[in-house]
Amino acid sequence: MISAPDVVAFTREEELEDDLYREPPLPEEYSVPLFPFAGQGANPWAKVAGSKFTRDFILISEFSEQVGPQPLLTIPDDAKVSGTFDLNYFSLRIMSVDYQASFVGHPPGSAYPKLNFVEDSKVVLGDSKEGAFAYVHHLTLYDLEARGFVRPFCMAYISADEHKIMQQFQELSTEFSKASECLKTGNRKAFANELEKKLKDLDYTRTVLHNETEQQKKANDKGYYTTQAIEKANELASVEKSIIEHQDLLRQIRSYPYRKLKASEFHPYEPEGAPDQADVGSNQDLAASDPTEPGESHLYAHVPSYTPKLIKAKSAKCFDKKLKTLEELCDVYFFTQTLDQLHHIERTFRGDVCYLLTEQISRALLKQQSVTNFLFEDVSFLDEKPPEKQYRGCQGLGQDAIDEKCLEESLAPKVVISLGSYKSSVECVPIKMEQEMEDSEEPKMSESVLSEHQENLDYLDADIKGSISSGESIEVLGTEKSGPGLTKSESQASLPVMPSPQAGRSKVGSRRTVSEDSIEVLSTCPSESLIPEDFKASYPSAINEEPYVDDDEGGLRFTPRMNPGVDDDGQDDVSKQESLVQVDAACCIGKESPNFLEPLPGLGQKPCEEDGVVRIPPQPYRPAEQGLRGGFPSHEGLSAGLLPCELDSRYLSGSRELSKGSLDEGSDSTSYISSAASTCSDRTPSPARLGGAAGERHRKRAGQNALRFIRQYPFAHPAIYSLLSGRTLVVLGEDEGMVKKLVTALSIFVPNCGAYTKPVKHWVTSALHLVDFQKWKLIGLQRAVSPAGANVLHALSRYSRYLSILDADSKTLRCPLYKGAVVGRLADHRTQIKRGSTYYMHVQSILTQLCSKAFLFTFCHHLHLPISEREPEESVVSRRMNFLKLQLGLANEDIKIVQYLAELLKLHYIQEPGQGGNPLLRFDYVPSFLYKI
Amino acid sequence: KSSVQTIGEEQIQNPYTELLVLKGHQDIIRFLVQIDDYRFASAGDDGIIFLWNAQTGEKLYELHGHTHKITAIAPFSSSDVTEEKTDLIITASADRTVIVWDCTSGRQVQKVSCFHSTVKCLTVLQRLNVWLSGGSDLCVWNRKLDLLCKTSHLTDAGINALVELPKNCVAAAVGKELIIFRLSASNNGSEGWNILEVMRLVDHQDNISSLVSVNDLTFVTGSHIGELIVWDALDWTKQASECNFWDSSVHPDVQPEIKLSQSPHETSVQHLTSDEECVFAAVGKGIYVYNLQMKRVIACQRTAHDSSVLHIEKLPNRQLISCSEDGSVRIWELREKQQLPAEPVPTGFFNMWGFGRANKQANQAAKMHENTPVYFLELVGDLIGHSSAVQMFLYFGELGLATCSADHLIILWKDGERESSLRSLTLFKKLAQNGDLQLKL
Repeated sequence: MISAPDVVAFTREEELEDDLYREPPLPEEYSVPLFPFAGQGANPWAKVAGSKFTRDFILISEFSEQVGPQPLLTIPDDAKVSGTFDLNYFSLRIMSVDYQASFVGHPPGSAYPKLNFVEDSKVVLGDSKEGAFAYVHHLTLYDLEARGFVRPFCMAYISADEHKIMQQFQELSTEFSKASECLKTGNRKAFANELEKKLKDLDYTRTVLHNETEQQKKANDKGYYTTQAIEKANELASVEKSIIEHQDLLRQIRSYPYRKLKASEFHPYEPEGAPDQADVGSNQDLAASDPTEPGESHLYAHVPSYTPKLIKAKSAKCFDKKLKTLEELCDVYFFTQTLDQLHHIERTFRGDVCYLLTEQISRALLKQQSVTNFLFEDVSFLDEKPPEKQYRGCQGLGQDAIDEKCLEESLAPKVVISLGSYKSSVECVPIKMEQEMEDSEEPKMSESVLSEHQENLDYLDADIKGSISSGESIEVLGTEKSGPGLTKSESQASLPVMPSPQAGRSKVGSRRTVSEDSIEVLSTCPSESLIPEDFKASYPSAINEEPYVDDDEGGLRFTPRMNPGVDDDGQDDVSKQESLVQVDAACCIGKESPNFLEPLPGLGQKPCEEDGVVRIPPQPYRPAEQGLRGGFPSHEGLSAGLLPCELDSRYLSGSRELSKGSLDEGSDSTSYISSAASTCSDRTPSPARLGGAAGERHRKRAGQNALRFIRQYPFAHPAIYSLLSGRTLVVLGEDEGMVKKLVTALSIFVPNCGAYTKPVKHWVTSALHLVDFQKWKLIGLQRAVSPAGANVLHALSRYSRYLSILDADSKTLRCPLYKGAVVGRLADHRTQIKRGSTYYMHVQSILTQLCSKAFLFTFCHHLHLPISEREPEESVVSRRMNFLKLQLGLANEDIKIVQYLAELLKLHYIQEPGQGGNPLLRFDYVPSFLYKI
Repeated sequence: KSSVQTIGEEQIQNPYTELLVLKGHQDIIRFLVQIDDYRFASAGDDGIIFLWNAQTGEKLYELHGHTHKITAIAPFSSSDVTEEKTDLIITASADRTVIVWDCTSGRQVQKVSCFHSTVKCLTVLQRLNVWLSGGSDLCVWNRKLDLLCKTSHLTDAGINALVELPKNCVAAAVGKELIIFRLSASNNGSEGWNILEVMRLVDHQDNISSLVSVNDLTFVTGSHIGELIVWDALDWTKQASECNFWDSSVHPDVQPEIKLSQSPHETSVQHLTSDEECVFAAVGKGIYVYNLQMKRVIACQRTAHDSSVLHIEKLPNRQLISCSEDGSVRIWELREKQQLPAEPVPTGFFNMWGFGRANKQANQAAKMHENTPVYFLELVGDLIGHSSAVQMFLYFGELGLATCSADHLIILWKDGERESSLRSLTLFKKLAQNGDLQLKL
């Protein structure tokens, strides 16, 4: 973990905080008056402390055609959460800002009712009176019995923290889209099902009517029709019309264009797998009726074949009948899936926004450090997403071939992004690029694309304006389709907001003031597919927030790569690109947000401020830097421009003067210090995955136990040193609970040996063997008074040279001496840190420093290999030791720690992916000492 | 309580600071045999032969073919210039078969199953390009596994050991007897060989347990009751013998309880090895160094291990490695004792002077010191890893040391420093391969 705990002084803990840490209260004269709104777990930074709910929650509301807006359910489903907050009132508010371009019914000039497959709309709104801010996600579900066949719903993430909503908008949007997609998929199935039943009913009714008519015809030979017969004929006609209508509806719902699905990799609810684009719609919904469909069969197996019944031709849309519940609307399976997803969202976004952001940033940065991140990080998140598709287009290219080709490519994705839906722009970029590489008529194509885009914008514009005029009490901000353009700036810290060339269209951002109106719509995104990229980027600046870290434009990210070989052609191309950019402001606005732009190699720009102060508050991290996935190695261009001074001294204290051989290797550490964007990458909005509640709780518990350990045991330092230097520590005790607690506490200091689980064994009852020390670096061992127990102890004494033994019963430790400094900082028994998770972060930050030292040590060529062939081994050894002592500032046993970590790094790097590799045991012949309390 | 010398946890001279555990066998591993500079084979009671890479610890091949435990294994590499070099190993098993394996392909080359008894020893005579199998009789085979000739039935117990002697002779240890055979080309065929018994030597009082050739002129035998006889390799006469250098009665410093527990097993000469000057004998729990020129034991460690020493080997750097049933491997160094003549000799050193010295007068001993250097074996390191008897080990020089044990494991002991720098080398090679490394020197 990179985040330093002082950056995130505020870490939320649940109420489970251990009583042990409750300090005695301060004397009256020293105590600071309490924050007036402070309750348990109150957020002192909250802008609006007067909110009526205790924590963030998710609200699902419906605009019922019978009773109007009504709240359906909240997540978490707990009355305490919403407190005195008026859910009915707020439901009204959020349902009133539905900008979905939903239109169902008989369009003029069309014979049949038409289903319009609208995209969800996403709106952020604030209610300053209530102190509530919400991300509102509107969606429409189909219901045959509903008016116009539609049931408008919305899901809202409600928080007291406006910044949280704004800064996490992208993540919220992604996550809620998943939930919405799930609901809608289920709904389509249910709707199709319902239609089929209805059709069968109608068919049956028609047959019955037909028969009756025939009978009447036969019975009646008078030559004229009775009124009864005419009535029957009319009824038959209307039934037939209704059949055609319903058939048409069924066809429509089945031919639902899987635009989103084809672009998204999110298919957890589609057991059929990624649908084939062409016939996907029909397959999809046929599945609902086809009982043999493998994935779905279990859902429908219990449904007996439907027996049609006679119905009235005109089914009145009456108010007296009960409307379907949400669960009925979208199938139980999908409904529970959605709830799971919403619970996941609630967990993910729980807590202070600062914490969330830091977490996201550090996670994203950690992912880049593939060389070192396995050592101390949770393996779970590393495995979370297997390396996705890399930016193939750029990767394969050599430095020399970049100029022309890369430029061509860089144009393509930009255009694609601006036209396609958000999602498809993300996932399709690499593929489309290749297609367009083959396409020689690329410029023309982009022209047409632009005009198409323009149309989209116009449509969008009209739509929004309509909405604005409809509600007078709503102040809509940031709905202007083109935000202020940001011109390229070298400055990293400040973001000058410059009007775009099309200043007439742009709206300069103004700080949102608390207006009289209680509802302000901060931004809207009426339709995901319609909204251009730059629009997304611009809405925060409309309220003068820090703009989103915007590397949205695939094209721009290539610029640093092109620049090193600046030749005339290249510049021509660049200017061509610029001019293209000018043509359509909507395409380019915001793309040059300089924040995370790669420092141009030639400029030698420093990643951080001169004085080392980070002025930029935590920014939502857009993991664009996946090009660095392979660690530093894959970036020659990046490393070429680095000078020794760029290695930040804060992270490598004592290593100011780095010899030149280490330059290449330093690049990775620079990248995480500065979070500088890499040159080429694909952009995947990966929502922050906070490891789930379980991981969080484990961390907290481990941190607490560790704190207790270092306070209780004066010999904590040598014990921790043992773990850090790879010497197996055995915790010996009779009581399983106590031993396990100690093992949990100490486990946060254990480096991982590979991408497996942590080498920690909580409880062993049999005698240990040499093989165990290879596998596990921390073992809890049972002390038993039995012959077997004697055996266990015998094995311990036999292998004592490989072990440090912590006796939990007699409170002794037998292990080598430690005289270094690192562990002292890691585990100061007088530490002021009181919370478990804070201490965990403290530990992680120091371990990260160690990792960076080990990284430097490992990848400095001349520290391990002779500079010239004639150089004797001894001078290499002395150089190595000098580096460790002087450059890295390590003393005594700290050297061993770094050496051990370096060995792990080497092994990890050398290891071929397929092979497991033999685990090896390294040890020293050093005397052990017995420590007592 | 125990007179075994121990060494603390600080072992500066012990280079082995890294180990790899090689798993695969399912029973006691008894044999390790070196194939070439980096490969070795292991075999044992499970009847499986494994080929390993001594550098990486990688398992190269798993050879299945025998149904019973392996009783003998010998490498057989052809150094013929005409043929391409093939590395073969010959294995004999209690299932009365002998199989020849190709180490490069890991395949069985040929199998012989016409034996009347278990083959207990195998010897390759590179010079003659033949190999010998010793069971109840002695057979001579050529490379293609044609039986060239065989002796008549010698013993039911079988031949314990075979050693090659000059002039196309071999010495076979059969019970208490040492039989010298001579191979001679037959008169009627080009490929034919005859084997003739030349001499039977009956000087040993008990079964001969070990047999080793020192050089072209001498070979040494050891028996179960601790006799050590040095033979002339050319005329097969006894050059010297030590018959009771283990005897505690000649060592006044030994405690009585050890004397009581003295049993034939503890005096058995388990293994012999030699360099040009000395013969190193593993006798019971102890290690004895017998100087061929001085014809006496120059140094010994009477209780080098807690139980029987099973295998010893001399390293080029005056070091000696021993492994034992107690599961440990110990590294010894033969050192010259710098002793001033005037200094009274502490009795504790008597046991190091060896046979025939100890019970003499101290001044006599001191006199001896004036012209001959005094040696002693110093423990410089021990390797603890196996949980059961260490049957054998193989010294691979720089690559380390492979030990095999009754706990079904092979452990590769390595020099941690060297391995670390090798890994760095590999790392930078891989970086260069990936094109990630730009050297700026």
